[in-house]
Amino acid sequence: MFGDPVVRREDPRLLAGQGRFLDDLGRNALAAAFVRSPHAHARILDIDVADALDVDGLVAVYTWEDLPGRVGEPLPLLIPHPALTHGRTAYPLARDVVRHVGEPVAMVVARDRYLAEDAAERVRVEYGTLPAVVGLENAAAAEHLVHDDVPGNVGAVLRQETGDVDAAIAAAPHVLEFRLDIERSASTPLEGRGVYARWDADDGSLRVYSSTQTSTSVRAAVATKLELPPGKVEVIAPDVGGGFGVKIVHPWPEEILVPWAARLLDREIKWTEDRREHFVASAHERAQIQYVRVGFDDAGRVLGLDVRILHDHGAYTPYGIIIPIVTSTQLLGPYKIGAYRAEVTSLYTNTLIVTPYRGAGRPQGVFCMERTMDRIARHLGRDRTEVRAVNFIRPDEFPYDQGLTFQDGRPLIYDSGDYPGLLAKIKELIGWDGFAAARAADPSRRLGIGLACYVEGTGVGPYEGGHVEIDPTGRVHVSTGLTSQGQGHQTAFAQIAAAELGVPLQDVHVVTGDTRRFGYAVGTFASRAAVMSGNAIALACRRVRAKALRVAGEALEADPADLEITDGVVHVRGDRSARLPLRTVAVLSNPLRYSFDAESAVATQFAVGGSPDEPPVPPGEEPGLEGRDYYSPVRSTFAAGMHAAIVETDPDTAEVRVLRYAVVHDCGRLINPRIVEGQIHGGVAQGIAGALYERMAYDASGQLVNASFMDFLMPYATEIPHIETDHQETPSPLNPLGVKGAGEAGVIPVSAVIAAAVEDAEGIEVNAMPLSPDDLFHLRRRAAGRCHPEPPG
Amino acid sequence: MKPPPFGYHAPRTVGEALDALARGADGPDGGGTKVLAGGQSLIPLLNMRLAAPAALVDINGVTELDGLEATAEGVRVGALARHSRVERSAAAARVQPLLRRALRHVAHPVIRNRGTVVGSLVHADPAAELPAVLALLGGAVELASARGRRTVRARDFFRGPLEPALEPGELAVAAFFPARPPGTGVAFAEFARRHGDYALAGVAALAAVDGRGEVTAARAAFLGVAGVPVVLDLTGPATTGRVAAAVRDRLDPEADLHASADYRRHLAGVLAERAVTEATTEAREDR
Repeated sequence: MFGDPVVRREDPRLLAGQGRFLDDLGRNALAAAFVRSPHAHARILDIDVADALDVDGLVAVYTWEDLPGRVGEPLPLLIPHPALTHGRTAYPLARDVVRHVGEPVAMVVARDRYLAEDAAERVRVEYGTLPAVVGLENAAAAEHLVHDDVPGNVGAVLRQETGDVDAAIAAAPHVLEFRLDIERSASTPLEGRGVYARWDADDGSLRVYSSTQTSTSVRAAVATKLELPPGKVEVIAPDVGGGFGVKIVHPWPEEILVPWAARLLDREIKWTEDRREHFVASAHERAQIQYVRVGFDDAGRVLGLDVRILHDHGAYTPYGIIIPIVTSTQLLGPYKIGAYRAEVTSLYTNTLIVTPYRGAGRPQGVFCMERTMDRIARHLGRDRTEVRAVNFIRPDEFPYDQGLTFQDGRPLIYDSGDYPGLLAKIKELIGWDGFAAARAADPSRRLGIGLACYVEGTGVGPYEGGHVEIDPTGRVHVSTGLTSQGQGHQTAFAQIAAAELGVPLQDVHVVTGDTRRFGYAVGTFASRAAVMSGNAIALACRRVRAKALRVAGEALEADPADLEITDGVVHVRGDRSARLPLRTVAVLSNPLRYSFDAESAVATQFAVGGSPDEPPVPPGEEPGLEGRDYYSPVRSTFAAGMHAAIVETDPDTAEVRVLRYAVVHDCGRLINPRIVEGQIHGGVAQGIAGALYERMAYDASGQLVNASFMDFLMPYATEIPHIETDHQETPSPLNPLGVKGAGEAGVIPVSAVIAAAVEDAEGIEVNAMPLSPDDLFHLRRRAAGRCHPEPPG
Repeated sequence: MKPPPFGYHAPRTVGEALDALARGADGPDGGGTKVLAGGQSLIPLLNMRLAAPAALVDINGVTELDGLEATAEGVRVGALARHSRVERSAAAARVQPLLRRALRHVAHPVIRNRGTVVGSLVHADPAAELPAVLALLGGAVELASARGRRTVRARDFFRGPLEPALEPGELAVAAFFPARPPGTGVAFAEFARRHGDYALAGVAALAAVDGRGEVTAARAAFLGVAGVPVVLDLTGPATTGRVAAAVRDRLDPEADLHASADYRRHLAGVLAERAVTEATTEAREDR
């Protein structure tokens, strides 16, 4: 069952429309809507709400001046870092200055969302516009500042270095220098954000539902901001329609303001983000400019790699510099680089904040490294796979210390891997060696092949926990604090529990992201759920199993060491005659004074045996068949993979068609190959999106001009090719299950793969992503211009 | 994304609809009325508060507008005929095959199930398929108002982007697409970033050949290259095999978010070449 391609148990409910998403809750709640800045950079001169007050059904309008105490303070800087010398966060409602289009300025509460929007439209805000800083080069030039007190618009300068790069490059037989560009994109989950809060005035407690990737951290933030004891705040993530990173950011302004207003008004309030808000008021990712200098030898071995990166983090830095850290470390991929230096300058712009989106800086790093490998190969006239192979870390070199510091603050040490094995598999799967001959046989078509490799640090700490309880009906209740937003946790975690406990899968019920069930957790991000909660649940199951065997051993008068559990029944190994179902063990584990049914009667004081000189609950034991445990890793575990694609470009329309897309993936032991493949498919789809379709089109004044699915080209299923997958399983030595994360993997190398394949088809350098037909048309023109100074008209 | 308040009329006859429109046209608040048929463009505009009519006149209950007639002269499409119905009509496809070929490029099946052909013409989006088809074929739109009925030819109907030749109080009741005469062929080609998107550029083409298969007429209507459909006579270029170059010389598209002017001009040439060739092939097969 562990390792089987079990069909996702959550799907029948979700596919039949029986999911309970944020907006399905709170049908009687008041609705909130926000007045948001139409300007990228402006001073707020005056806010006049008089007109809004005329709207029938209006309940309240709030601006920053209404926010008391900690509610009115800037939002927390979630992940401080010594390199983030000038971290800045926004106020929940803008105080004096707005710094991006979409920044909340006022909150309206009304009887329903229609009326709330009517009222919001009538709030008059007078702005004095300021010059907007848009684009990395403008931010770096710093002619204007996003924050008056941040010189040069520089939030952070992060350096990662190993060895003497300048000397290594100076001594290298070959040196190349070039620039790469990656555009902005965004998580764009199907369901946007949303918050629904209920204040219980009698109990002095607050219940908050949020479409979040971290309910425990939202609870901590809300309790702190609203100055409530954490025990009086419950946060529940209901069914969540995708997150992809954007919902790990917290607390969003709305996550503070909606509960605050619910308490103040003593009314239920709900806010459901709409799509237009999501484009301008949540978060984006990706945008970087990379300046690369690489020195290498005749075999293609990299002797020195020097990368300067400009990173656009938008108007504020609530999530710190995680993306620059991940880019600069994961850039190294499966390679041993002689000497390495990355310097990331993280810059403010008057655009939406930039926080992790699936891949979280890795797609940019991999784009840099893999484009570098392709250039080295072309420079030397060598096969692209050969150049990669000479740089690989060998299987006998693990654990391999890259000499840098990873996003968990721990050394970047790869735990295990087999990169030559992956390369052999991907070459086989895509038919790398036969491609040149096949292309030569069909000269009428423009075909190209590309490949890219990546290593992904997954399962970052600090910890996750699991709680497992077997009730007197034999049902197994598993809970963990991290959240689910489509990963199939109901299935994968149940598989782990069923395998550990020896119970049927259908007896296991999983709850995630509900602080009422499990209060200590970090969240779902960084491909960590299976590694962190999976192992915590396994460890908790082992505690429960040990206890079940102790209790059953007592009843069966057998040594617990001789017992095992099969199909939910405890029995002596090799002998099924002496047996006790777990439901009975659960009853016996809880000595009772009062019976409530025939089953429980056996646990009452005149029914149980046992020594009259021992307490009914022995020292060190607790009543009930339950267990709790935590998994806290020393450091991250490193998954890896390689993708390859064959593309065809249209000589007339400059359209790029992906004919084949192949993935070989190693995330250690597979809990459920079907779920892993689903994760890969979704990731590759988002990767194709970033490679060929998606960008955030800001104009010079900081307006996002494509803030809708009509103009932001998230691809449909029709644009995504069939994806061929193969697995390799290199277990992690770091955790009991030997698993590594798989959530982000699919997206990471796709831009690098597509760029390589288009370059191969066209014979034109591809240095920027995404690549639209219009871009390719112009690349061709420029290339033709270089060949023919006087192009025919 | 919730619409501002609006009044709502649900007439059962064209007369009632025209009354409601007339009242709206003279209405005191000046917001005017909008006709709701398939709602595939209007409802998003309302939800994004880009349109704020005082009232909607919902014609979905006006059964007399539900006609679809294919005769030897052409296809007459009533204001309530959905894209999908016209697309699936074998009779319409026999009389004027270009309709089905173009309709397959209109958005996605679920949108075609709801959206109407006449609604698309009245919306007059310069990137839409049907205005170009109507312009190529020299079709017309039938308008009714409390003052009476009139027919406006395609070349007079599209005045500018999103600007049809409808006067206040007028309702488009039908559109007429002339039949494909024997010895002619039609074709449709467009290029969109994603399946079902508005095209970066598109072309509807028509070609006629003589008994020997020589091209005697070639015409193309372009979408996405100007504020209204652009019809070019390409007879000369088609006979000399210079369609793409001729198109590029004669079009002057603008840049937008998804395509530069240069690329769009280039694309229009590529697509015209493909469509005229295909139309010519069909014309020759139909001799």
